[in-house]
Amino acid sequence: MPELTSLRDSYGNTLIELGKVNPNIIVLDADLSFSTRTHFFKEIFPDRFFDFGISEADMIGTAAGLASCGKIVFASTFAIFATGRAWDQVRLGICYQKLNVKIVATHGGISTGADGYSHQAIEDITLMRVLPNMRVVVPCDAVQTKEVIQTIVKEEGPFYVRLVKPKLPVIYKKCNFKLGKATTLEEGKDITIGAIGPMVANALEACKILKSKGIQARIIDFASVKPIDKEAIRKACAETRGIITCEDHMVTGGLGDAVAEVILTEHPVPHLRIGIQNIVSESGSYQDLYEKYGLTAHHIAQKAMGLLNT
Amino acid sequence: MGELKQIAKEVRKDIIRMIELAGSGHPGGSLSCVEIVVSLYHKVMRHKSKNPKWPDRDRFVLSKGHGVPTLYSVLSRTDYFPREWLWNLRKCGTPLQGHPYMRSTPGIEASTGSLGQGLSIANGMALAGKIDNKDYRVYVLIGDGEANEGQIWEASMSAKRYKLDTLCAILDHNKLQIDGTIKEIKDPYPLKEKWQAFGWEVFEVDGHNFNELLDAFSMANQTKGKPTMIIANTVKGKGVSFMENRIEWHGKEPNAEQAKQALKEIENA
Repeated sequence: MPELTSLRDSYGNTLIELGKVNPNIIVLDADLSFSTRTHFFKEIFPDRFFDFGISEADMIGTAAGLASCGKIVFASTFAIFATGRAWDQVRLGICYQKLNVKIVATHGGISTGADGYSHQAIEDITLMRVLPNMRVVVPCDAVQTKEVIQTIVKEEGPFYVRLVKPKLPVIYKKCNFKLGKATTLEEGKDITIGAIGPMVANALEACKILKSKGIQARIIDFASVKPIDKEAIRKACAETRGIITCEDHMVTGGLGDAVAEVILTEHPVPHLRIGIQNIVSESGSYQDLYEKYGLTAHHIAQKAMGLLNT
Repeated sequence: MGELKQIAKEVRKDIIRMIELAGSGHPGGSLSCVEIVVSLYHKVMRHKSKNPKWPDRDRFVLSKGHGVPTLYSVLSRTDYFPREWLWNLRKCGTPLQGHPYMRSTPGIEASTGSLGQGLSIANGMALAGKIDNKDYRVYVLIGDGEANEGQIWEASMSAKRYKLDTLCAILDHNKLQIDGTIKEIKDPYPLKEKWQAFGWEVFEVDGHNFNELLDAFSMANQTKGKPTMIIANTVKGKGVSFMENRIEWHGKEPNAEQAKQALKEIENA
């Protein structure tokens, strides 16, 4: 079994580190501080933590007011509520004027599991990616989560960071995260597999399966979904025979479409989008759901072989 | 008071001219809040038009963003930007957007227009002031139709919970919304008792009477430990006989003849 780490714990701990050196950081939550781990910050800095109760629109609006007075605001809740319930407030209150609000949401994707569709954000990346001035980052492990949070606090303006509920395999010892830059985890010349979040580990597993069949897959972590690394996509188009994108998210508007937009306009190659195919999801264990909706390493490897055979 | 009344008269004329030239806009709810906004910028608030981002300034959030012609007129009359800007309201490539946009307009504190959002934003500003031990005050103008929005009530509880006594909300109680009277559409009454039950200090005034408004703002200033709501009883379309209390003038521009008639009535009032 690979070593597993919690992205959420990493977020909570990183907030404390940042809070110690930057008194301007304010943290907000909407009655989910134990799940999002913002309660780590609350325990150390109770005067800079505010709970809005179950009112996400109010929380995001208040974040805008705080940021307009010079605060660096982190606002957390579940991904579906932060992006769906409060979308209009994020659009008008935060993105329109490019305010310094960092929305760090947890429970993204069907990996949220047993709670079912109501709690599984599978449209959140789309909803945030479409907003002007919003940047979207999806870390794949605890180390990257820490670096992402450390990066966005230094970058003025709005961010959406999507974390997941389950612990994930360690990918990085140190990842040198840079906004707008993808990370190539495995070099390969036959096919490119781009992934985000929990799908990065699955893509690496798929790489091993493909290697045993003599296929060299290039594995790219696209944590910075917006801005996306166009150069990495261009290179993949030029140097490999096709691209597969993998996300625990709807393929419409998510990573798949973000990559497709570059492929289509700059260097058309065959492209398959692994993700939720615009259908409603259901309750179940993270593993069972990934099996059912085609998100495992085996599914990725199969799709890769299929694409190369066409 | 005579001076404030004269300013209100000029602001009403600006509103009519701006909306006529723009060819669209919201005269009814702009005319109803004239005395409220004039009181704030000409008497109540500490602000510096030549230093609009002065950190210690009092802040005003126009949550009912469609009333922005009133605010644009008052901001131009307090030297935030040139008066010429008014005559290009809502035109492509010019700064004055159809609803408030803080990045294009000096003096605008929050972008609004999607109703129900301004009270939360004002709460955030008041909270930041508390955190920084600053004594600036935050004013927010809410429409009575706007208060249909659930977010207003979410925010009303947050303001009470965090004891935001530097916050003063004003309800422009002009009694009409687009599809009918506020009584017919959602029946939000009783207003005063509702806001009191939500933990606010509540004053009720004639929203066109400067004496009553200024007294209420002064009492709000003395209120400690909780936020204040001033329910301002107003007339939608105030000052123009054919617009007063008429739903159809919520969001319609006057034609040249109507504008001429309106300007004459305002001047002779």
